[in-house]
Amino acid sequence: MMKKQLNIVVLAKQVPDTRNVGKDAMTPEGTVNRSALPAIFNPEDLNALEMALHIRELAGNATVRVLTMGPARAADIIRDAMFRGADGGYLLSGREFAGSDTLATSYALSCALRKIQPDLIVAGRQAIDGDTAQVGPQVAEKLGLPQVTYAEEIVELKEKSIVVKRRLDHGTEVVESPLPMVLTVNASAPECRPKNAKRVMKYKFALTPSEIAAAPDTEAARRATEKEYLQITEWAAADVNPDPQQLGLAGSPTKVKKIENVVFQAKEAKKLTAADCDIADLMVELIASHTLG
Amino acid sequence: MNNVFVYIELENGAVADVSLELLTKGRELADTLKVKLEAVVIGENLAGIEKELAKYGADTVWVADDKIFAPFRTLPHTAVMCGLIEQEKPQIALFGATPVGRDFAPRVSSALHSGLTADCTQLVIGDHADPKTGKGYTNLLYQIRPAFGGNIIATIVNPDHRPQMATVREGVMRKEEAAKPHAGEVRKIDWQKFVKDTDLAVKIIDRQIEERKINIKGASVIVAGGYGMGSKENFQLVHELAEVLGAEVGASRAAVDAGFTDHARQIGQTGVTVRPKLYIACGISGQIQHTAGMDQSSMIISINTDPEAPINKIADYAITGDVNDVIPKMIKYYKQNSK
Repeated sequence: MMKKQLNIVVLAKQVPDTRNVGKDAMTPEGTVNRSALPAIFNPEDLNALEMALHIRELAGNATVRVLTMGPARAADIIRDAMFRGADGGYLLSGREFAGSDTLATSYALSCALRKIQPDLIVAGRQAIDGDTAQVGPQVAEKLGLPQVTYAEEIVELKEKSIVVKRRLDHGTEVVESPLPMVLTVNASAPECRPKNAKRVMKYKFALTPSEIAAAPDTEAARRATEKEYLQITEWAAADVNPDPQQLGLAGSPTKVKKIENVVFQAKEAKKLTAADCDIADLMVELIASHTLG
Repeated sequence: MNNVFVYIELENGAVADVSLELLTKGRELADTLKVKLEAVVIGENLAGIEKELAKYGADTVWVADDKIFAPFRTLPHTAVMCGLIEQEKPQIALFGATPVGRDFAPRVSSALHSGLTADCTQLVIGDHADPKTGKGYTNLLYQIRPAFGGNIIATIVNPDHRPQMATVREGVMRKEEAAKPHAGEVRKIDWQKFVKDTDLAVKIIDRQIEERKINIKGASVIVAGGYGMGSKENFQLVHELAEVLGAEVGASRAAVDAGFTDHARQIGQTGVTVRPKLYIACGISGQIQHTAGMDQSSMIISINTDPEAPINKIADYAITGDVNDVIPKMIKYYKQNSK
């Protein structure tokens, strides 16, 4: 008898690349010019995608789909995931979601997940634009599912449970959780497989209905309309039956009171060169002042 | 009622430093608000634990003591914390931003629909007016943290939901005993009311926890390497200088992410906060993400090829040069001049 299909959903986020805030990304006043930052696939969500693809291989009969909440251009990371091996994806998009804090975000995602009914939800531990690590556990709580955070390796996939090795600050723990459940994946888990050239050829015309509507006469739109596997599911708020009070700014208990751009206050540093005399003088001074030794 | 809660984390049966740091901060907040400070301990073999917590200012020590609570598991701890918060209605609840706190505090906030701010670097009591409605609030918890990769500092408030929840990393707040011990009155949590059988569904099969070997928090001299060290092999230079100077080795997040060294050495908002006598930053550009964890150092020396690197703005000595050139010279001239 054919085993029941295991449906896996990866929660992913498109984020500004805050790791590489170069000189051009700063305004002359020393503030961040957000539009100059490239939008990327959140790094730990790529680790999550890899873990999901690996579980699909272990399961044999399984699917991996990506769920993301964001603006229209966030469909890029769904295509990116398809190039790397995902079967498809869902984009949750709309003005109602604007201004969501982590709690409103996890509420919106949990509404979409109720509709999808996956057997396993895999997310990156945290996103680099906020570093909060809250959305995975908050989604699990909203769905009443167990969670395993900081997953590093799948030890065993059983019919009704999963055995996972998780990374802690000073060691590791192996735990077994029943399915369905939520896994959050640590950066120390295996890196995501690269884009596959054949898959890029196959899925480069995968589009959301909005993207098709925006340019209906293009070759890409025609192909995506014909082939179901090229259609990325797109949901507005109304499609996932939410309580509107729990969405966006209204559904966010945390409010940003104040934002200060970091402008470094210059202090007079003593400027030295790499010349022998400069370094020798410095070391003598540090020893004399008992800062060293 | 409406007191300040601190979740107490245990490490091998002892109270974790981060929890004592939070009690110190919690005591200050409770005094400002004129309410009580209550510690919540969930674990096993907890008899007598209230003594240390009282020293750090706990008026009340809530205890759930049973073998199902150790080692930590998400669901039973979440159930007890949520149940107790609904029963006692604290206005503030603080958690360590540790693997434990970051695992279950979001779940608690999700269950209670109360806001949670991660990795705060400052907690202050203050007033707030809603910019849209003009509605005024007094004595809110300002939760202050770097965001957006450390390029901005955000002040977050939770005007309408309780408790106001925050996590704080180890070493960010000072740990200090209260002027005089507080009562530390033990109160048993009626946890059987809160924990369901399904909360025990996740089983721990194996645990391998090492003793903490790296102690950068307590080091008086730290040599830290950044992405500018170039490679894991080259990062060895940082270790060589540290060994000669009797220092500990630290790293920026970029160096840890690049695999140059262990996460345990990471200094900054998502790592450890340090206040050594001397901090030598090698090939570290100095994003706020990093400097938030070391700018209290008594003296900072930076080595960077870029004379405009942000780290130089907080440095006492800014050496413009290549780490491969400067570090060996520092080793050479230290050896020549010491003793």
